[in-house]
Amino acid sequence: MNDAIPKIRLRGLCKSFGTKLVLDGIDLDIAPGTSMVVIGGSGSGKSVLLKCILGLIEPDTGTIEIDGVDLLHQDRRGRDETRSRIGMLFQNGALFDSLPVWENVAFGLLAQNRCTRAEAHAKASEVLAQVGLAPNVGDMSPSELSGGMQKRVGLARAIAAQPDILFFDEPTTGLDPIMGAVIDGLIVDCVKRLGSTAVAITHDMASARRIGDRAAMLFKGRIVWQGPATDLMHTGNPMVDQFTHGEREGPIQMELRK
Amino acid sequence: MNGLLDAMALIGRTLFGACLAAGRLVLFAISGISHVVRPPFYGRMFLRAFIEIGYFSLPVVALTAVFTGMVLALQSSTGLSRFSADSAVASLVVLSVTRELGPVLAGLMVAGRVGAAIAAEIGTMRVTDQIDALSTLSTNPMKYLVAPRLLAGLIALPLLVVVADILGVLGGFIIATVKLGFNSELYLANTLNFIQTDDVVSGLAKAAVFGVLITLMGCYQGYNSKGGAQGVGAATTSAVVAASVLILAFDYVLTELFFAR
Ligand SMILES: Nc1ncnc2c1ncn2[C@@H]1O[C@H](COP(=O)(O)OP(=O)(O)OP(=O)(O)O)[C@@H](O)[C@H]1O
Ligand SMILES: [Mg+2]
Repeated sequence: MNDAIPKIRLRGLCKSFGTKLVLDGIDLDIAPGTSMVVIGGSGSGKSVLLKCILGLIEPDTGTIEIDGVDLLHQDRRGRDETRSRIGMLFQNGALFDSLPVWENVAFGLLAQNRCTRAEAHAKASEVLAQVGLAPNVGDMSPSELSGGMQKRVGLARAIAAQPDILFFDEPTTGLDPIMGAVIDGLIVDCVKRLGSTAVAITHDMASARRIGDRAAMLFKGRIVWQGPATDLMHTGNPMVDQFTHGEREGPIQMELRK
Repeated sequence: MNGLLDAMALIGRTLFGACLAAGRLVLFAISGISHVVRPPFYGRMFLRAFIEIGYFSLPVVALTAVFTGMVLALQSSTGLSRFSADSAVASLVVLSVTRELGPVLAGLMVAGRVGAAIAAEIGTMRVTDQIDALSTLSTNPMKYLVAPRLLAGLIALPLLVVVADILGVLGGFIIATVKLGFNSELYLANTLNFIQTDDVVSGLAKAAVFGVLITLMGCYQGYNSKGGAQGVGAATTSAVVAASVLILAFDYVLTELFFAR
């Protein structure tokens, strides 16, 4: 694969809901085999950005290229094929509550007819173990799990089919610090071992530095800063510094309403 | 002048909105039905929907049918005995049940039970991103969620109506023989004399259409619900109301088609 072609390339991506402009011309390149951390205030459009790339939300204008192929102008089959290479952890888990946990995890494998049900069950237990869940969790229903456990099942489901691209929408929110670090390690591992490209949204700066090679900050629908994740705490950009240090005073004014 | 323009604009917008909604529903239906006949097929989902619609609706449909048959026998006997046409009771019961009341009442009961459940389930999946999650896992949600339910409705409703027909006639038979003192052999002979294949078949055809309507409205409303728990609640209500109205409207259209020759 040519390293000069970014894995994901966004140009001028815009999306508004009604009169509300959520994405206002996003330009972003993500190199193959790297992981990009996206930070930004609540409601700044991070989840919408991922959903646009996944094709769950149609952007108004702009281009989305994966491996140099323009997704929005591809035929349907090609799009579906490209998208089946992306694994996604949704912010709220989005587990199928009518299926047991193991079937959730193995869903992608079964849908692609890559293995029998017995094999899928075994594979699911294996992936569940990787995210620190006991094998008996596999036979429970998602509604019987705690929020953090659901998050880990969501993570297991996203990585089970070993996709080429991984999206994580707040992978460690709601986990205790140790489990958070384990999950971060797992994400790093996936990226390094499988050679996947990852995009992770997070509010946790420690986790951002652990998983990210690069970081970008989204503010009011635009990328206001991007650079190496190690620089996150001292970027020299007043907006990013205010955000990463969690200061009340600064260029970003929170709109608080009573 | 301005008021008039405003009123016209409002009417225009309402009409436009209604056409748009109808168009969307038709497109949704076409897409859903086209997925019924194209692989991959989700047998498990079909089976689940079939059991939910067919098997678990049996008690409700059965009770409705028995009582309807009983009421029909009672009502017609009090109305008809004045003309000493007691034998007409048997024919009236069997014709009303097979042609009209079996399919329509079963349809309405199932709409309340199943239409609501489908809309609530798919609606919850929508607002919790589960439908989005399906498409990221190489699964077309129309194929996985909608098509199996449409097919299950199409097959399960006629089967339910067969049961409803039998029990409706049985209800009438019980009242006629036990309470009204009809001769049971004569009543049965009359019933069998009057019933024709057309009556039963037309009733079952109606049922199949109703089955699709019920599941279609449940899926459509659920699939397009937004705005959390409240949105799902609204979708559930709309699904039941729309399915019930459509059942009665299509009942008229189909009756016209079958019998107005
Ligand atoms: N389907 C939708 N319809 C209308 N508005 C939407 C929709 N999805 C998102 N939005 C709006 O887009 C904005 C960005 O939402 P998004 O979920 O991307 O935020 P976020 O950056 O992920 O925030 P958080 O960190 O809290 O998850 C929000 O203001 C939200 O109201
Ligand atoms: Mg979000």
